[in-house]
Amino acid sequence: MSDYNFAYLDEQTKRMIRRAILKGLAIPGYQVPFASREMPMPYGWGTGGVQVSAATLTPDDTFKVIDQGADDTTNAVSIRKFFEKTAGVATTEETSAASVIQTRHRIPEDELREDQILVYQVPIPEPLRFLEPSEVETRKMHSLEEYGLMHVKLYEDIAKHGAIATSYAYPVKVEGRYVMDPSPIPKFDNPKMEMAGIQLFGAGREQRIYALPPYCQVVSLDFDDFPFEASKADHACDMCGATDSYLDEVIMDDAGNRMFVCSDTDYCASRRKAGHVGAQGTPFEEDAA
Amino acid sequence: MDADVLKGGFADAPIEAAHAFRAAMTAIARPGKIETLKGAVPPAPMSVAAGTLVLTLCDPDTPVFLAGEWDCQPVRDWIAFHVGAPIVSAAEAMFAIGDWAGLAPHTQFAIGTPEYPDRSATLIVECDALKADGAVLRGPGIKDTASMGLPEVDAFQMNAMLFPLGLDFFFTSGDQVSALPRTTKVEAA
Repeated sequence: MSDYNFAYLDEQTKRMIRRAILKGLAIPGYQVPFASREMPMPYGWGTGGVQVSAATLTPDDTFKVIDQGADDTTNAVSIRKFFEKTAGVATTEETSAASVIQTRHRIPEDELREDQILVYQVPIPEPLRFLEPSEVETRKMHSLEEYGLMHVKLYEDIAKHGAIATSYAYPVKVEGRYVMDPSPIPKFDNPKMEMAGIQLFGAGREQRIYALPPYCQVVSLDFDDFPFEASKADHACDMCGATDSYLDEVIMDDAGNRMFVCSDTDYCASRRKAGHVGAQGTPFEEDAA
Repeated sequence: MDADVLKGGFADAPIEAAHAFRAAMTAIARPGKIETLKGAVPPAPMSVAAGTLVLTLCDPDTPVFLAGEWDCQPVRDWIAFHVGAPIVSAAEAMFAIGDWAGLAPHTQFAIGTPEYPDRSATLIVECDALKADGAVLRGPGIKDTASMGLPEVDAFQMNAMLFPLGLDFFFTSGDQVSALPRTTKVEAA
């Protein structure tokens, strides 16, 4: 065991975060202010998500961290190690084996169960912030349910581009009341937010926590004649052949060759283990990598 | 001061509080679901579950209101020693503890403001027993419908109409807890 308090934060800080989480769950989509602490990592590296995870974890949990779907990127590896050291929790890369999943900008492809908790790292929690810079004003807009400006923004997308061009951080309305920023997940993931697990959102620099209870109504904003569409690259994964997963485009050389691969590394690896092979893939070998 | 008030806290605060919070969070995220909540041994009449909630969520930053029989010297001393929360009047409280009758009128508590609906009280309602059958619940956290025994229905219907303002409720009995956030729509069975 390390010399840190369990899960790094002191108990009074955790109580404050826990109270914010409970109010967040009671008022889905509403951003609860909290006294965000300085963490041993820079803002933008998931300090909000880390604080929410620290307040949520118990020693019995199995913890998974993904960054843009991947378990093996710097951000994911360092946060996983942080909680291995400070909370002594078990960690995993398998979505189905995890009880708490901290994520940056993706929802895992595998459907989450009732006993799983998804913690999002959020950069800018306020969906109206780029339309209205004043916090006083946006807070008033939320209190009055004045979301016309957001529809104007989506309309301007259509006027300029012929379609709603917003492809990530696509605004949603929760339980017919609060417009919420789902964090910069691709809009492909928006429909997954009506899930069986609890979803918690932490924004460290902006000092906000918000939450979605299970089976909460989450509607992506749209128009009758321009309905919401959960889009992805029109391709199959070149490694595992999946046609239903969100894809990253990888540039292979200077000649314009490219390859599409699942952004969810665990999903791709488990499909390859099961024998699926994509157009540019090779059969899975245990000792490869 | 009685030496007994020094007892009954968490033996291993970080770990027990983490487990207790997960039970409380599951309860409020899934209205009607009954969870086990233990660790604290508060003086009578406070239940183990209510005492554990107090240790997990309250501290010097959270004014607490004690209603009826719960407003007694042993409980006040126990909260003062273990939690350090100020004991205040109903209108100023972030947390209120008591039985359903003692907490009346339920309009005396803070329901938040339109701009800060989170600045509302959480009521910890002590019950003789938690029943899984009773009123029909619908809303966030519930797949289709759930049910739970409630002391009455009207008060919770009124509360839900205030959304996004309103009160949030924990119900405690022995070492069991269930919850009803303001989002839940309640109908008599």
